[in-house]
Amino acid sequence: MGHQRIIYMDHSATTYVKKEIVDAMIPYFTQHFGNPSSIYGIARESKTAIDTARAQVAKALGADPDEIYFTSCGSESDNWAIKGVAYANRKRGNHIITTAIEHHAVLHTCQFLEKEGFAVTYLPVDRYGRVDPADLEKAITDKTILISIMYANNEIGSIEPIRELAQVAKKHKVYFHTDAVQAIGNVPIDVKAQDIDMLSLSAHKFYGPKGVGALYIKKGVRIENLIHGGGQERRKRAGTENIAGIVGCGKAIELATADIEGHNIRIRAMRDRLLKGVLEKIPNARLNGHPTERLPGNFNVSFEFIEGESMLLWLDDEGICASTGSACTSGSLEPSHVLLATGLPVEISHGSLRLTLGDVNTEEDVDFVLEVLPKVVSRLRDMSPLYQKATKDGGCNV
Amino acid sequence: MYSETVMDHFKNPRNVGEIENPDGVGEVGNPVCGDIMKIFLKIENNIVVDAKFKTFGCGAAIASSSMATELVRGKSLEDAWQLSNKAVAEALDGLPPIKMHCSVLAEEGIHKAINDYRVKHGLEPWQETSSHSHEHGEESGCQL
Repeated sequence: MGHQRIIYMDHSATTYVKKEIVDAMIPYFTQHFGNPSSIYGIARESKTAIDTARAQVAKALGADPDEIYFTSCGSESDNWAIKGVAYANRKRGNHIITTAIEHHAVLHTCQFLEKEGFAVTYLPVDRYGRVDPADLEKAITDKTILISIMYANNEIGSIEPIRELAQVAKKHKVYFHTDAVQAIGNVPIDVKAQDIDMLSLSAHKFYGPKGVGALYIKKGVRIENLIHGGGQERRKRAGTENIAGIVGCGKAIELATADIEGHNIRIRAMRDRLLKGVLEKIPNARLNGHPTERLPGNFNVSFEFIEGESMLLWLDDEGICASTGSACTSGSLEPSHVLLATGLPVEISHGSLRLTLGDVNTEEDVDFVLEVLPKVVSRLRDMSPLYQKATKDGGCNV
Repeated sequence: MYSETVMDHFKNPRNVGEIENPDGVGEVGNPVCGDIMKIFLKIENNIVVDAKFKTFGCGAAIASSSMATELVRGKSLEDAWQLSNKAVAEALDGLPPIKMHCSVLAEEGIHKAINDYRVKHGLEPWQETSSHSHEHGEESGCQL
């Protein structure tokens, strides 16, 4: 018991900032702090730094630097892409297509637009959380102006067939936006080859700082501004640039995309050993998300008869940082909309555990979780009236 | 987010388990809503001589079950019936607003177990005076 050490397995929530990234950022707080809009020397240094970061982001995505716009976070990028396209193309149509498993930054933006007179289709997903391109094609009408589908899901890690989905959009001449916040550094991305018109990202998901994101907007996309004011970001996104943050974002994406496959092999091996061990040691457990088409670090398993928050409290007591799709931590008391969309029964959704591995994790961390988690699950099952019933009835198959 | 008392009762829950041949049993909640409490009472000469529980739920649900069973032990049935969800929450040094329904569940579980005993002994079940069941539904937003 106690916090001898912290085992951080919540990299999908956020990551630490790598030292070389912090080092790259520091001079832009203390020395090169000039406002890039000013004319003197230290301001020019700020401007050059932003240009460099923009080129780094563009290179990582296969985009041109003048198609990259820095924002304050992934949520802002999503809001801008969706509201911006909706308002700029209102005369062409009022229909938007997204999915039932999007991040709230997309879902709540779409719900807001519904109140503004837009119609939104929320595509279903299969039991693995994947969207069928045929469903997308069927949903398109002559009023459809935007399709927004996440690259990879934050909860269950499923990777969507983005190229196929984007091709459907292209065929019907509808703008295609993807929230790639979870995908950067885990999946090779090439916006040109994949026919992506807009893409959101956020630096703190790939070892960069919080408070900075970016939106890729393909040349020619008709989009309104979201933040009005000064002429920053080529008059498309007002607000004095977060120079140090932007420098950190550029450096972080360069590092995260330098060797995606090498990173994935290491992380995936640990995740697979963790998953195999947990499913062997703990009965009445099932994997959520796709078995292979998933983010390398994502582990999402539902344990029957117990509730997720009490699992997290015990894991926290052992120094393990994790997350759950249970209602009790969301503040809404409804379990995860993602798990429900995959058809997982509500009562089993309450018992889900998400562990997301990243660069800080080691084989020892996996060993420790494999030692602790079965005890936590069994302790909670021992006091669960559902477990007692199920064992008396001769077990329950999931 | 939880008080030290809640964490103590969550990590070291008092009275976990079942009573063999209980005199009263009350099960409340629903797995769909993410919490079920089952309360077992042993009653002798109108006194709750033992109380135990089994709970499926969050930290607050487990701590509320633990505290409620502690509070009713040794009490007469009349006094045990008077145990309110507020008293459970206060004894836990407070619960977050969104978790208050866990204390409501504990009160309801105790009431159900007491009435189970009364009905088994040919007595009229006592009537709920508050409308907690409704509150539970509304607060949790859980649609069955």
